[in-house]
Order: sequence, then C-alpha cells, then structure tokens
Amino acid sequence: MVNTLDHVGLRQVVEIVSVDHSPISSKLTEMGLVSGQLITTLFRAPFGDPIAIELNGTVLSLRLEEAQFIEVKA
Amino acid sequence: MKIALLGNPNTGKSSVFNLLTGLRQQVGNFPGVTVDKRSGFIQIDQVQHELIDFPGTYSIYPRSKEETVVYDVLSDPTHSQHPDQVIFVVDASNLQRNLLFFTQVYDLGIPCVLVLNMWDLAQKKGITISVEDLGALFPGVPIVTSNARIGLGKDRILTAIKSFGDHQLTFQPFYNSGKLCKVEDVKCQKLEAEERLQKIKTALSKVVQTKSSEAESISRKIDRILIHPIAGYLIFAFVLMVIFQFIFTFANAPMNWIDLLFSHFSAWSSEVIPKGMVSDLISQGIIPGIGGVVVFVPQIAMLFFFISILEESGYLSRVVFIMDRLMRPFGLNGKSVVPLMSSVACAIPGIMATRTISNWKERLITILVAPFMSCSARIPVYTLLISLVIPKTYLFGFVNLQGIVLFALYSLGIVFALLISFLLKLMIKQKEKGFLLLELPDYKNPRWGNVFINVLEKVKIFILDAGKIILAISIILWFLASFGPDMDGAAHGLSKTRTYQSMTKKEQTIAMDACKLSHSYIGILGKGMEPIIKPLGYNWKIGISLITSFAAREVFVGSLATIYAVQDDSEEQALLIDRMRNEVKADGTPVFNLASGVSLMVFYVFAMQCMATLAVVKRETNSWKWPIIQLIFMGVLAYLAAWFTFVILS
Repeated sequence: MVNTLDHVGLRQVVEIVSVDHSPISSKLTEMGLVSGQLITTLFRAPFGDPIAIELNGTVLSLRLEEAQFIEVKA
Repeated sequence: MKIALLGNPNTGKSSVFNLLTGLRQQVGNFPGVTVDKRSGFIQIDQVQHELIDFPGTYSIYPRSKEETVVYDVLSDPTHSQHPDQVIFVVDASNLQRNLLFFTQVYDLGIPCVLVLNMWDLAQKKGITISVEDLGALFPGVPIVTSNARIGLGKDRILTAIKSFGDHQLTFQPFYNSGKLCKVEDVKCQKLEAEERLQKIKTALSKVVQTKSSEAESISRKIDRILIHPIAGYLIFAFVLMVIFQFIFTFANAPMNWIDLLFSHFSAWSSEVIPKGMVSDLISQGIIPGIGGVVVFVPQIAMLFFFISILEESGYLSRVVFIMDRLMRPFGLNGKSVVPLMSSVACAIPGIMATRTISNWKERLITILVAPFMSCSARIPVYTLLISLVIPKTYLFGFVNLQGIVLFALYSLGIVFALLISFLLKLMIKQKEKGFLLLELPDYKNPRWGNVFINVLEKVKIFILDAGKIILAISIILWFLASFGPDMDGAAHGLSKTRTYQSMTKKEQTIAMDACKLSHSYIGILGKGMEPIIKPLGYNWKIGISLITSFAAREVFVGSLATIYAVQDDSEEQALLIDRMRNEVKADGTPVFNLASGVSLMVFYVFAMQCMATLAVVKRETNSWKWPIIQLIFMGVLAYLAAWFTFVILS
C-alpha cells in the first residue's frame, strides 16, 4: 500500500517509492531520500511535528509538510 | 596555494580545520554574503598555503541564499576564492550520502584529498571500508583516515596534499565531467542527485561492509528522554536556567573589573596627557568607548561557551526539533529559540547566534525581534524605576507587587517579540520557502578545543567588526555631552553663585557636572525634545538620559544621577530616588508618578536603546538598512506604547 511519509506510524520500516516534485525535492534527494531506500520512522516531536527518521544509520528530522512529498510503501 | 575545506555538516569538518590550522585562524565574510569565512594557514615544506573553510553543505547546489557561495566559488574557476586544491571531509560511517557532494566536486576536476573522518566511530558501528577499493573509484585522489576529534590524522592529510603531482593524467570523471545544473533547476538537480547516488551505491557495494547491529544505540535511548513531550521541555528549561544562573553569577564580576580598569585608565590618561581637548577626547571619549566594547566580552564569551557545548554535544539540534512546531506560526524556526533565549542575557550574542538559521527570512525576523527580549542591561533601569513608583506592597499578603511588575515587563518583551515576528512574517516577502530537513547527529562529548576556538572567534568578530561602530558612536555621544554653545558661560555663572562657593569640593564637582551636562548639546537636545516626550509624562531631564542611554540602557541611571547631582553608586541610589521623588512639574505635581514611571519602563522594553546591538545587526545583515529600520520601528513602537501606558494610568 502506497502512503505518504507523514501518515506512517512510528517504529515502522518503509521503502521509498518516489519523491514528488516540489521546490525542495532535490534537497530531499540529496539527503539520501531516493526511491528504493529503506527508512525507519523513529519518533515525533511533541505536538506531532516534525518527525525523525533513520536511514543508513543517520537520523534526519523533517516537517510533516516536507514528509508529505515522500511516497512510501510498507 | 588556496585549499578549500569542504564537506557535509556534522562530519567533524571544523575539527579537521582546527586540527590543521590550530589557532592561526582568521574570520571574515565571503564577499557579498553573510556567511562566515574562516581561513587559516598551513605550512608544508616551508610553503604557506591558505586553507579556507566553506560552510558545510550536502551538495554543491545551495539550499539557501547563503549557501550559494559554495556553488559560486566552485563553479567559477576565475572566482577570487576558487581553490587550487580541496580537502574533502566525509563521515566514514555514512559514505554513501557524503560522497554525493564529493563526486560533484571531484568531477569539476579540482585536485581533491578525501578525508575519511570519524574512522573509529565507523568501526564501532561495524562498518569496514576498503580504502584501496575506494581509491580505485577516484583515480588521483589520495585517501586518508582521520579522527580529528582526538587529534589524529594531521600528518596524513598534510602528506596527502604534498603527494599531488600528476593529477591531470590520472583524473577520470565519476559521473560527468563537471557539467552543472542551474541553481534554479530543481528537476535537473534531483535527477543528478538520484543518478549519482545510484552510481555511488553500486560502486560502494564492493567497498563497504556493514555488520548491522540490532541493539538500540545510546543516542536513541537518550533521545527518548530529551525529546519526551514533557520531560524534553522540562530538561530544556532546566538547561536554560543553569546557563542563565551561571551567566548572571559569573559575568558580573569581570564586567565590573573591566569597568573599573577602564575608569582607572581614563583617570590615569587625563593626568599624564597635557590638559586640553585631545586629553579629554582620549580620557573621556576613546578610552570609555573601548571600555564600552570590551565590557560585553564576558557575556558573549560565556553564552557562546554554552551554545558551543550544546552544539558540539548534539543537543542543540534536539532543541530545534522540539521547538520548531511552536515557533513556526510566528514565522520563526526551531533554530530561532537559542538566539532569542540568549537575548535575555544580551541581544548581541543572541543576534550573532542566528548564523545557524539558513533561511534568510527566518534569520532576519529573529534578528529584528531579538532586542525585545529583556536583556540584563535593562535590569538597573527597571529596578530604579520600580523602587521609585511601585509601592512595596503584597497582593493577597504574599505576592510582591514589585516582583509582579518586573515579571510583567519581561513577559511584555516576549509577547511582543512573537507578535512582531508574526507581523514581519506577513510583511517580508521571500520566494525561498523555509524548511527544516535537519540531521540529528549522535550525542558526543564536546571537544573543548573546538569550544574554545569558537568562543574566541565570536569575541574577535564582535570586537573587530562591531567594536569600530560602537567606538565611533560613543565618541559622537561624548562630544555631544561635553560641548555646548554656551557651556563655559553656564559653568562660569554657576561658579559665581553663593551656594556653589559654600559647597565642599566634592559637591562642587557633582554640581558642575550636572550644570555642564544640561548645557551641552545633548542637554539642549533633551530640552528641545521636551514637547515630544511630554505626552509620555517625561521632562527634559529624562530626555537627556534617553539620549545618553543610547550608548547602553544602563547609562540611563548614571545620567539621571549626574543630572540630579548625586553620585552614581549603590549607597547614593537612595538619594537619587529621593531627589527624583521630589521632582515636581510647574503645577506642583510630581514628575515621577505611577503613570510616568511605568510608561518609562514600557519605553525601555521596546526602544532600541543600544548602539552595540545596532552595530552587530549591521555586521550580521551586511547593510545599514536593517539596523536603521529596526531603530525606527522599535522607537515608534516604544513611543506609542509608552504614551498609551501613560494615558491609561493617569
């Protein structure tokens, strides 16, 4: 099932399907968010936003409005 | 030869820089942008090479206006800062992402040394890298391992730089031969990044072996507490409290020593230099002016000491993480929190700390509202006025009314900082959208060498860049306070009066100072502005003190003491309060009543009464436009708020 990253629950491993076009899409890609990459959702800040994810051993935080451009599947 | 130091953020790049250059560092700006340019010299075989530290970025393509410097310099071989060589620092435990930027630089054909930093950490994480196989991917690139945090790798890096020679012969592009996308072309950049990462991933599969460990790392465990919805905020509040306690306890003493030192120095110079205008200029203009710069150093040093520790340890990015959502509605960023909180001690280090905010609009808003946070220089003003007009009574028998007023003044500053941010967010237009996308690095013990160098750098920036402006303004203020069209006549007149002649020597000096100040240009200005400040409930004596306290807010108290002809020290403050209390208007009502006193406090909450802050804003925004706008809007706001307060209370 394809979902956007902002809708994924915590402590889940998902695979990136695609990164939608947006003004920051190249920045997301440069951080290693490319299709096929596995990511783990780690934790949320208080108030639910931003979220922290792990990929290749590093932790990245991003706002929900940034996460919504990332399509993932379980 | 020019050598550029490049790499992603959080790779220990600045540790490598400090390791290579030691204390031989300079800091300035890259031409045209407000990005710190740290540079230093390294010596190889008797030859000096300039090492330039570029801002840590994830790619050659900029994320923000400020990062364009990397793109501009690297893409243009004729640029004055274009490097002959590059030392590229990567985090060995995250090669794949780090190599994206590296391959971009490598493909430009600039000779590179690749430094695999944090080598020990990678090994601890179960990552093994075959340096030989990695080298095969990038012909002509010497690869060295280092662990700059504990000082390992300097010799290896220097040897690698020496080993350059036949780079042009062996160089083979990795992806393409340096053809770059346009800065605006996001699609092209995304495609390039995807293809590069794909290629890197394939290539690394033979180079890097990872033993995945199932155990939850220590950093994740710490994060559970520090990011906890309740504990996280409590811990942050506690950390702030410790920092402020420390600053208020320990910054005062050195500030007093500096004051004392400079006043002795000033007295000494007026004795040794023959009397005259030059002597006065030096002893009363220049020396106190320099003193007025140096006096900020303890606070700046201490705040940056703590900020650097927070940054080095990795905690700062967690603060950004938990505060981001709260600050966003106001057009601010999680990264605005530390600058604004620092401003409660002093706006100067606060504004200097905004450099970490990459989005220009968010950074500008933070700079513009930081002086609304009540800094420590306002405390003397508040305490004097509170004890003057607020009765020492207790509400409900235990809540101190004076304390409530002080608390209200602090809150007023914070509320308006947020409110004005919100308005500025609507007013300032910017295409570039703010985003977070922040790495949360593993927690580490701070490196004291890095902390120390960072503190030194901030102090240097302040003294050299902002100091000039502060000194210039203080000399102007000195001139306006020491000269007047008919000052000598007035002084002569005073010396002839019978009361003056019957005074003791000390009383005579005090009376003479009062007379001179009220007949100086500032005195004339103060009297001239009386009609303007009358609606706020102030008289010309307050007017004079408002002008002089532009030097620094606490000068307000000293100026009033001079005008009311009392000595400005703690024993005499009761006397000053008495005199102020007895001051009456033409109709016999007191000048300082609840309405005018509170109005004056409100004025100080809002007004930009600090030339040092203005000087720092000029430095940080690289133009006079913003400090002037700030001076005006804060002044207008202060006036209106003070007037409103006066009308309501009277």
